[in-house]
Amino acid sequence: MSDIPADLKYAKSHEWVRVSGGVATVGITDHAQHELTDVVFLELPALGRKVKAGEACAVVESVKTASDIYSPVTGEITEINKAAVDNPALVNTEPYANGWFYKIKLSDPAELNALLSPEQYGAQVGG
Amino acid sequence: MLKRTCLFSTHQKLGGKLIEFGGWEMPVQYTSITDEHLAVRNAAGIFDISHMGEVTVSGAAAVDFLNYVFTNDVRKLSAGQGQYTLMCNERGGVIDDLYVYCLSKGVYFLVVNASRVQADVAWMQKQLAEFPRRAELFMTDASHNYAAIAVQGPRVKDFIDACIQGPSNCALRVPKVTDLKKNEIGGFLFHGHDVMVSRTGYTGEDGFEIVGNDQCIAEVWDAVLEAGKPFGIKPCGLGARDTLRTEVCYPLYGHELDEDTTPIEAGVGFFVALDKGEFIGRSVLAEQKAKGVSKKCIAFKMTDKCAPPRPHYPIWVKNTGLESPDESRHGGTGKPALLGNGARVGEVTSGTQSPSLNVGIGMGYVPPEFAAPGTVIEIEIRGNRPKAVVVKKPIYKKS
Repeated sequence: MSDIPADLKYAKSHEWVRVSGGVATVGITDHAQHELTDVVFLELPALGRKVKAGEACAVVESVKTASDIYSPVTGEITEINKAAVDNPALVNTEPYANGWFYKIKLSDPAELNALLSPEQYGAQVGG
Repeated sequence: MLKRTCLFSTHQKLGGKLIEFGGWEMPVQYTSITDEHLAVRNAAGIFDISHMGEVTVSGAAAVDFLNYVFTNDVRKLSAGQGQYTLMCNERGGVIDDLYVYCLSKGVYFLVVNASRVQADVAWMQKQLAEFPRRAELFMTDASHNYAAIAVQGPRVKDFIDACIQGPSNCALRVPKVTDLKKNEIGGFLFHGHDVMVSRTGYTGEDGFEIVGNDQCIAEVWDAVLEAGKPFGIKPCGLGARDTLRTEVCYPLYGHELDEDTTPIEAGVGFFVALDKGEFIGRSVLAEQKAKGVSKKCIAFKMTDKCAPPRPHYPIWVKNTGLESPDESRHGGTGKPALLGNGARVGEVTSGTQSPSLNVGIGMGYVPPEFAAPGTVIEIEIRGNRPKAVVVKKPIYKKS
């Protein structure tokens, strides 16, 4: 049974979003890291890059596969998590805390309404 | 409809993540590939290898026929001995790599890749139909009769004898399983069933492979897992099987070996016995040994911090003397493609993040002039070209 914090919003593609002011923090869920297991490499978008909701903007590599990460929201990348780049295992051990990927300044906060609630995401992953 | 081994419900019970491999539904991992890989390197791991194929060849002309279709010299084997060998087409291209065991005089047992069972049997039947002494030998695809497991790791020898008790009753006669030396095979009784046990494996560690019928192998699995628990045994899936063999540079059919690649190009010329007499592909292989090859299998380690190398990623080199701002040559068979500074010269065939070494590793093919250990190469990964260095095989060696 995976962990699904109640204060976050979720994408079908297993990214989570935490909003504060007009800035969202993005990472991947406990379910996703559990499926991947050992994350060995993280490729994050460049600072200042503008991404659209649904656009592939990062790559998570496990021992076996490379997985694309799709931005749940549209905006401009304002910060990336260097700690996770240097220590990719954080994605597995702290997917909602120190394993976060990037922060993005929202250009359309209304997009958050299209994301899944914790209950809806829970129903999707059966957890 | 995917095939399932007799251990399928066991894999489900143990929480195995099931994927498709060679037409079978097999576990890629149970906990994590890294954990399972390290268990094999440091203690013990158990693998379901029931998807592999088994063929029996027997009769007065068996040795001559096998020596005609295989590259290695089967005459070297006395009862209870096995050898790694390859089966080639007329162009010297590899149809499969496999193990052949002599169980007794005139009786041979082949263990072949799961993905190649049908191709192997079809090829051998075709050759047999034209073999002059075909009336003096008999060949059977016995794959559906057998299941198999591999038990690998430095601690296996500490508990396997208690699990499968000796002495052996056929092939090599030994008092106990651990008396088998590398590549030797013996028949033992397990709970009244016949099993063949060989001291072989695909991980680079000491270990055994055990072949028997479905019901018996399911019981052997449970017994080995139980006996190995105090020693740290873990069930291991195909993911760990792949990282383990890549670290020690064992080829995988469909990656380092295929029908357009010869054993010489793949770097396993040691298993080609040119002097034994005529065999299929001999003339091509002899010429390659004498005159050289146009592509060579290399092992490499990433030197830049980067994503892991993967199969099909392009290999580049700089300072080849091939760069020219006016020329543009199409990338493809043997003709380097030019893009900026450097030339694309080959392709990765196997690649992963090495759980033992914590660095990206892999194997691939390049023209021989770029194959020397120490050569700096680049691996193209999503538009970047991080550096790697060609290293001697094996990439991982026990210290």
